[in-house]
Order: sequence, then C-alpha cells, then structure tokens
Amino acid sequence: MSRLRRTMLYVPGNHPGMIRDAHIYGADSIMFDLEDSVSLREKDAARMLVYHALRTLDYGNTELVVRVNGLNTPYGRVDFEAMVAARPNAIRLPKAETPDDIREADELITQLEELHGIEYGKIKLMAAVESALGVLNAYQIATASKRLIGIAIGAEDFVTDLKTTRSDDGIELLAARSQILFAARAAGIDALDTVFSDVNDEAGFMQEVKLIKQLGFDGKSIINPRQIEIVHRIFTPTEEEVRKSVRIIEAIKEAEEKGSGVVSLDGKMIDKPIVERARRVLQLNDAVKNSYFSTR
Amino acid sequence: MMRNGVGREIPDNILGIGALRPFEKNMVNGMQKNVQPFKDRQRNSERNRVLDSIEAAVLRTGLKDGMTISFHHHFRNGDFVVNMVMDIIARMGIRDLVLAPSSLSDIHGPLVEHIKNGVIRRIETSGLRGDLAQAISNGLMDIPVVINSHGGRARSIASGELPIDVAFLGVPCCDSYGNANGFSLEHGAISACGSLGYAMVDAKHAKQVVLITDNLVEYPNTPFAIPESQVDYIVVVDSIGDPKGIVSGATRYTSNPKDLLIARCAAGVIEASGYFTDGFSLQTGSGGASLATTRFLREKMIAANIKASFALGGITGQIVDLYEEGLIKRLLDVQSFDLRAVESLKNNRLHQQIDAEYYASFDNKGCAAHQLDVVILSALEIDLDFNVNVITGSDGVIRGASGGHSDTAAGAAAVIIVAPLIRGRMPSILDKVNTVITPGHTVDVLVTDQGIAVNPLRKDLLENLKSAGLPVFSIEELKAKADRIVGKPDPILWEDKIVGLVKYRDGSIIDVIRQVKRKL
Repeated sequence: MSRLRRTMLYVPGNHPGMIRDAHIYGADSIMFDLEDSVSLREKDAARMLVYHALRTLDYGNTELVVRVNGLNTPYGRVDFEAMVAARPNAIRLPKAETPDDIREADELITQLEELHGIEYGKIKLMAAVESALGVLNAYQIATASKRLIGIAIGAEDFVTDLKTTRSDDGIELLAARSQILFAARAAGIDALDTVFSDVNDEAGFMQEVKLIKQLGFDGKSIINPRQIEIVHRIFTPTEEEVRKSVRIIEAIKEAEEKGSGVVSLDGKMIDKPIVERARRVLQLNDAVKNSYFSTR
Repeated sequence: MMRNGVGREIPDNILGIGALRPFEKNMVNGMQKNVQPFKDRQRNSERNRVLDSIEAAVLRTGLKDGMTISFHHHFRNGDFVVNMVMDIIARMGIRDLVLAPSSLSDIHGPLVEHIKNGVIRRIETSGLRGDLAQAISNGLMDIPVVINSHGGRARSIASGELPIDVAFLGVPCCDSYGNANGFSLEHGAISACGSLGYAMVDAKHAKQVVLITDNLVEYPNTPFAIPESQVDYIVVVDSIGDPKGIVSGATRYTSNPKDLLIARCAAGVIEASGYFTDGFSLQTGSGGASLATTRFLREKMIAANIKASFALGGITGQIVDLYEEGLIKRLLDVQSFDLRAVESLKNNRLHQQIDAEYYASFDNKGCAAHQLDVVILSALEIDLDFNVNVITGSDGVIRGASGGHSDTAAGAAAVIIVAPLIRGRMPSILDKVNTVITPGHTVDVLVTDQGIAVNPLRKDLLENLKSAGLPVFSIEELKAKADRIVGKPDPILWEDKIVGLVKYRDGSIIDVIRQVKRKL
C-alpha cells in the first residue's frame, strides 16, 4: 500500500533550527525548500545545509522531499546534482507546465543516479502545478515519468496567473483542484493540496482541510507544525468507519480462506473499490494509533 | 498597696503571679487620647507614617554601614524601587550593606556600580540576570552571592539566619498607616502586581519596614497583604515601576510548536501518572511549555470530569480561566503573573494571597508546596542523575533564578520537568549539570520534544506512563539522541574563584558557582 501523505511540512532550507528537528511534529512528509522561501543570496548555503542534513540526521520513517529550483533557473541543475547525491525520497519540481519539464528532470535524475551508483528509479518525483497552462496539462504532466508519485497545486502563483486572489471558500481554485485530482487519479498517483498561509486562522484552515478531503485529496502542504494535528484529526476515520472497515477486511479474509469468489457483507456485495476504501480507512486509523505526539 | 492612674488600690505583689505594674495615665506613647479636630487627624504623626522622602526614611531607620536591607521582586523587570533606594543610600554615604532581595532581574544592572563603590558588600537573592549577573559571574564581588530558593529565603529570614534590618518594599497601594496591597479594590493601582507574597515575609520579620508607594489611598486600605502593625514608615514617590514590565496584560499561550508539543506530552504524563484524580493539586510555571500544559490538561479534566482542589504558586490568567470554569476550586497565589491573575485576586474570594513561608518554607509547621500532587517545572539543563540547573547558562554565566524549583520538587508527588531536547546548538541533557539547583532524587519525569524519561527511582510512574503508550525512553537514550545531532559540548572553563553559593531549601549548600574563565 502507498504511504500516507496527509501532511507535507514546508521547512525553509536555510533554517538550521527547523531542519534539525522537522520530524518531531509527526508530519507524514517533510519538504525541505530550496526555492521560494530561500533568498537568492542564500541559495548555496541552503543547498549545502539540506544536503548535510539529509546525509547526517535521522528523520525516522518520515518521507523526505526536497523542493528544488526549476531547471530554467541558474540554481536548478546544481540543486538536482546535490540532492540526488543526498538521496531524499523524492524531489519536488516547482512550476511544472508541460510534460517536457518532467521528462527533463527525470532524465537528469537518471544520469545522476547512475553517477552516484544509486539504483535506477529510487529517487521519486513530485510536480507542483502553479499556472493555468500547468493545470490544463495536468494529466500529461502526471503521466510523464514513472518516478512521479504525486502532483500538487501551488495556489499562490496560480491565482496570480488567473488574475484573481484567494478567497475564503476557495471558489477560484475549485476547477484547478478538480483537474489536478482527476489527473492524479487517472495516473494512479497522489493529489496534494496547496498551503494555507494564515497560521492563526484555525477555523478557516479546518474548513479548507475538510473541503479538500471531501474533494478527494490525499493531503496538504503545511507551513507550520501547529497545522499538522488539525489535518490528521480531520483525516482520522470515525469509529464507525473503522468498525465497518475491519468487518469488510475480515469478510474478505474469510472468503479467501473458503476459496469463495464473491464476498458479501450484510447482504451487500463487496467489490474492489469498497475493499480499497476499507484498507485506506484502516491505514489512516493505524497512523493515528502509532503517532503519539501528532494526534492526541 | 499603691494607688494607680485612675485612683484604684492595687497590690504590689500577688503570690503565684509576681510583681504588678499599676496603670498610669499618659505613660506610653500612643495611649494618649487624641483630641485633634477631624481635619488634623490625618496629619497626626501617630496616625500617619508618611515621610517626605526616601532619605528621610533611611535616616529615621538609622540604617548604618554593614546592615542588611531587603526588597521584593513582584515588579519583576518593571521595578524602579531597588535602583531608586540604592542610589539614595549610596549618595548618603552608607556602605558595606548586605542586599537581600527576594530576586533581581535585568533592570538591576546599575547595582554593579554600587558593588564597585563598596555600597553593597554581599548579595543574597533567588535570581540574577543581565549585566549584574554577567559581572558577578566575571568575579565582580569578593564574597560569593548566596542563591536561595523562595522557600529557603522565607525560612532563613523567619529563623533569624538572615536577619533583615530594613525592608524597603514597593507597594502598589497603601494607606497612610501602612496597610498595603498589590492591588486596590476601588482606587485602581497603576503599578498593580497582585499578590505581595514574597514581600509579606520581609514585612513580617524585618526589624524595620519602609513602604514605598505611588498610590496613597484612604485609610483603611482593605483588603491588605501587609498590615499596619508591621510597618514603620511610608514614602510616596512618583512611580514605583513600569506597569509594562510588572505584569503583562495576559500571559498568552505560546504559539511555538515545539513548546506545544512538549506541553501536550506533559499533559499526557499527568493524565497517566496516577495522580490525575478528582481533588488533585497542581502548580505550573510561567514558561511557554509549562504554561501551555494547562491548556491540554483542561481538555483532559473536562473529558474525565476531574476537578483540582487547588493550584499553587505563581498564578497566571490560564490558571484563573480553569478556576472560573470550575475546574480548579481554589487558588493559592504567592505571585501573580499577569493582569488577569491580578483581577482575579481582586474579585475571586477563593483566590487566596499567600506568603512565601506558607508557600514553601521547609521548617514551619506546614507549607502548601508539601501538599502538591503535580508540578510542572522547566530546566536549563538536566543530567543523567536528574539533577536540574535553572541558574547558569551553557556558558556558565548566571542567568536565572532558583525560585520555587527545589521547594516544589521536594514537596510534590509527581515532578515533571519540561525542556526541549536541544536548545540552539546545546543539548539539554548533560552527564553533569553545570550547577545543581534541584537534586535529582526529587525529580521524577523529564518531558522533551523527542520523548520522555522517568527517574529510575520512580518505578511506579515508569509503569504507568509505559502502559499509557507514552514514548518513554531512558534518559541515557534521550541524551544519545541529542548528542548524535549536536555532539558533546566542550566543557566550560572556570576560574578557581567561587562567585556563588547555592543554598538548598534547608540552608545547606548544594553547589557552588565559579567565575567563568576570561576569554583570551
């Protein structure tokens, strides 16, 4: 089963204090940022810092992602070179607009994996779509590389491109979010939502998390550890959902043991989507049970 | 037989009682009947102890070279009184004094000059910070500073071990006869600080007491913390402190995610400790994580329908909220940390002002600290034996206060230390702390952002926390975790000279602080 990506915590790559213990808050993924949160004069320092952090520190089971600068900037190539050598779980490409952006990154990673003796395909890719063109190309982007594990929407640049601003109910993002989600599901990868910048607006944040969960997103990028618990709580299944899912899985097991092809529970047939949903519910529930700090 | 002042026959002697002293009219000052017109009565010296100036008060007390004077620290970093009085005493040419305030903070940097000029010969305090602390750590004084706990100070003053000749006590509200308080019911008080718990000890035991106020109100100023019966003189000045430095509007819950993480976990520790039952008692410090623990504990108290019998110590708005919600039944307040706490002390009948002896003194007939179930305390450093340092920083320089740390650690049943595993580049867990304030055998649990450690002496707590599924490690494991990230710090280099003596609450010396080596 794929890993959970409910929360991806942004950590500025030039901030040693945050890099040092970014994992303690229980985010599913940490995204070290070399791009927008790092000023031009600190690009090199941030790259070195993140490189050494990835090589030295033990982040446990947390998924480690680095957001690099685009390959059309002077920093992109060096970022890729350093980060592949540092072996994070994934590299996140910002501002993806066409499948060629992805293929270019994929090829570069392939070369660098070979150079460093890393197994082919080990370093995954994520793509962030942040423009109208990117949204229209979402499916092509999502299917441009086997390395891709997720596609994300970056709302701040996107609304600027649309000549609008972000609203409380997020109506301006609805079409793009849906499009990204369709692309991700059609490609069989994760769909990740954008950040919510007002850390102190807890109610607004909860409303947005509920919305994107209902839309079908796997999770959300977050900019402050305080947001983690809220996302995890909203993504936590209800006791009723857990009970039902346990029964579904038990029914499947029983049917398998009996060698029966058709499975039913309470008179209803259980098909593949129901089983998948049940597994996901239990996975979400286990994540809550296993993580003291982030969920209680 | 003799005839007394009202003409009655009184025997000279009674068998079994002894010699008798006959009543005399007009014998004793103050027994004379006062027949002044109403408008003059307030100016009568017997009913009005207000003097014109601090100089006048110093003169009247007969303060001499070598005596011991005291102050309180309820005005925290907004205090004007210590510097104001010391400047005047210095100008008057008095020298060689022992300065024994309940604590000192950043604002007291000007004392350095008085030490250099020989006005102050020796200091006893709970805490030292800023320039003064730095200078003392660099070897400014010939005689080491004595660091007392709050309970230890109260004990040594009450027992006569630390006799106070003159106490200069800033009071936010006072009448002309000396009834004083840290707030006023109807007059307002610009410098309100709430409880005067530390000052009450000095008022009770000092040989002479001078109150300094910027808010003289009509007699009698009730309710009062310091009664007229303990007061000698009163001086009115323009301002005794900066309200912004005295109390914050409302202590806010921290938004620091790491503190919140630690607090959430500390609340979990309380819940699982075995002491989280109806009627338990608690004390929390005013530090970020310690304070935020209240917030998470509140949710657990509501969920489990548990009410605390009392909260003790420094009282904050957060604790007041729990009191007003009915989750804490009574407040015992030795020091009010914010305006919300000041307001509550004023308005809530079950919010009781207590003095430092009642709070934490070791050898009276009973103190509230010994009734505590749970206390949350912070630490600058903790070591593998659970000894805690809250006085010297990682550079060896004094930058903190002993406070009620060792008192409540000794008194409470579950002593929980909250600290980040790593501060900046420094690990919080060391092989040996630089200075021991609180001995490890009185410390039960350490809660960090990366796990919990339980003192091996407390097998009961260890079992309880483990079975609650809390992330429990050995303290050695937590230390190794930190060391892997930041490495082992180089040892601090010390000179031989002792600059501080740390007294444990019973007056014994638990540690010494040495001069930090000068950087080459």
